Amino acid sequence: MALLEVRDLSVVFQRKGEAPFHAVDGVSFDVEPGQTVGLVGESGCGKSVTSLAIMGLLPKRGAKVTGSVTYDGTDLLKLSDKQMRDKRGSELGMVFQDPLSSLNPVVPIGLQVTEVLERHRGMPRKEAMIEAKDLLDKVGIPDPNRRLKEYPHQLSGGMRQRALIAIALACRPKLLIADEPTTALDVTIQAQILSLMKELVQDLGTALVMITHDLGVVAGLCDEVNVLYGGKVVEKAMRHKLFAEPRHPYTHGLLASIPRLDAPRGEKLTPIKGSVADNIPWTSACAFAPRCPNALDVCRAETPAEVDKLGRLLRCHNPVVPGTPAAEEVPV
Amino acid sequence: MALGVSKKEKIDGLAESAGVSLAASAWKRLRRSPVFLIGATIIGIFVVLSLLSPWLAPQDPSVPMLIDQVVKARNEIPPPQPGHLLGGDLQGRDFFSRLLVGSQQTLIVGVGATIIGLAGGLILGTLAGALGGWVDSVVMRIVDVMLSLPSLLLAFSIAAMFARPSQFTVILAVSIVQIPVFARLLRGSMLAQRHSDHVLAATALGVKKGAIVFRHMLPNSLSPVIVQSTLVLATAIIEAAALSFLGLGNPDDRLPEWGQMLGDVQNVFDTHPHLAAWPAVCIIVVALGFTLMGETLREALDPKNRR
Repeated sequence: MALLEVRDLSVVFQRKGEAPFHAVDGVSFDVEPGQTVGLVGESGCGKSVTSLAIMGLLPKRGAKVTGSVTYDGTDLLKLSDKQMRDKRGSELGMVFQDPLSSLNPVVPIGLQVTEVLERHRGMPRKEAMIEAKDLLDKVGIPDPNRRLKEYPHQLSGGMRQRALIAIALACRPKLLIADEPTTALDVTIQAQILSLMKELVQDLGTALVMITHDLGVVAGLCDEVNVLYGGKVVEKAMRHKLFAEPRHPYTHGLLASIPRLDAPRGEKLTPIKGSVADNIPWTSACAFAPRCPNALDVCRAETPAEVDKLGRLLRCHNPVVPGTPAAEEVPV
Repeated sequence: MALGVSKKEKIDGLAESAGVSLAASAWKRLRRSPVFLIGATIIGIFVVLSLLSPWLAPQDPSVPMLIDQVVKARNEIPPPQPGHLLGGDLQGRDFFSRLLVGSQQTLIVGVGATIIGLAGGLILGTLAGALGGWVDSVVMRIVDVMLSLPSLLLAFSIAAMFARPSQFTVILAVSIVQIPVFARLLRGSMLAQRHSDHVLAATALGVKKGAIVFRHMLPNSLSPVIVQSTLVLATAIIEAAALSFLGLGNPDDRLPEWGQMLGDVQNVFDTHPHLAAWPAVCIIVVALGFTLMGETLREALDPKNRR
């Protein structure tokens, strides 16, 4: 059995007098210990909501979470608040997107690291400080003794994200969820943070759920990739397979829209037409149909079923034929 | 080789000096701020004067030494003369000594009322901001009711409820009026903190609710409250003066208070303006001092401003 089994997870945001909004719609995936699973998609496709739902961080009122999230044999969605609090930070870690706003501005870094150790491992403050120093050292923060006393604003962006990773890994969680951990960083730092995470995950045997819109991150880190669109998984495959042969037009479009260094100068980028706002509900159509270059009539009339074939899960009526070049696909 | 060693020493020295605490760096910034220095000087002089005034005062402030010069019918008031720098007051007591000793009572009333109001406001604001839901609604409706009444009117009503007015009733009346201001201010910034990323991050680490409120939400919400308390110090002094003026203050005027002195001389203001001007100037200067100091303190203590 996998460490984390997400089955048919749905999140519906409901407000009085407004139509319910399906942010996540029947998402299922497994994560094995030591494995890295990517959740990929553009803004608003339900990536972050999925991660918050797994951690039980969505507001009780207004957000309805259904399905099951089985971690190590227990369904996290059925746990009480207190049981969930004990799991968070000790067994489930999370790294957030913006390292500056995710750290408390008025508490020194050291105290923010020891807080978790004191809470979950019952360490006295002094012992925890020594452990915190080791942790900062491990995530590659130079001069940890000095940094322990400093405040978040005194650290650079990369160091803040390293500190956040140190905090998330302080109790050696078995599962780490990283919600776009590199978005707020510049490219050189991104590479450092990614290789750090890769290293730590390998050393500790942590299962990692990587949430990102950056296919470069996926290519570098993930074993299995789930492509989300409109709250549903539209394509799921192992990394190499997905990159070599994207079958869903959305995945294909995402890959085609990456600027390439080896493309001829002056060539236009190929974005995916439209935006998430153009989505039609999944109920009786494919949500991607209005933006899809391959759309057929059936795409607007019938919800595509999930088809699991040759180790690839695909939800599409008219998948891209392997070998189609990217450039002509999506005329702007 | 020797070069390498000295370089390492240098780096170690830097490491020790650079890890500075919040208080130390705030002090470093404050020391260079002329505005803070002015405010701190005023408050420093005020506090020292109020502590030492019983010994500094040239005359006993409660004994009518110049009573023979006071002629009630002609509204006569003793003028400045040797030994009595500013002359006497309506009862023939040494005005300069009363002014000096008045600083003490003013400080007690202002600080006492602010501390009690701050404590009440912190409790209510933290309850409302941290618990939310129906607690928030109940607390905020109470606060709304209190704020809907003019603050002075409310203070009068509270002071009038006591059969025997005293210094304590004045402090209590003024402080209760300040509670809703603090509570609403704190609740507002606590709510903003509740939805901040670092509170979400702390929740994601399984930090207990109490620690989230007191370590992550409250310290980040306090700076507007600190600023408000300096302003309240000033208004507390003024409101206490208003209470005294209406006869709801401390009836015992042997120990003078600036507000009370100001109220006592209302009838002779056109003939002897200096009797009102001196306590008024004292109140204004002290209020200004508190405001200047509080504002610079806030800036210095806010880690977001430290670059």
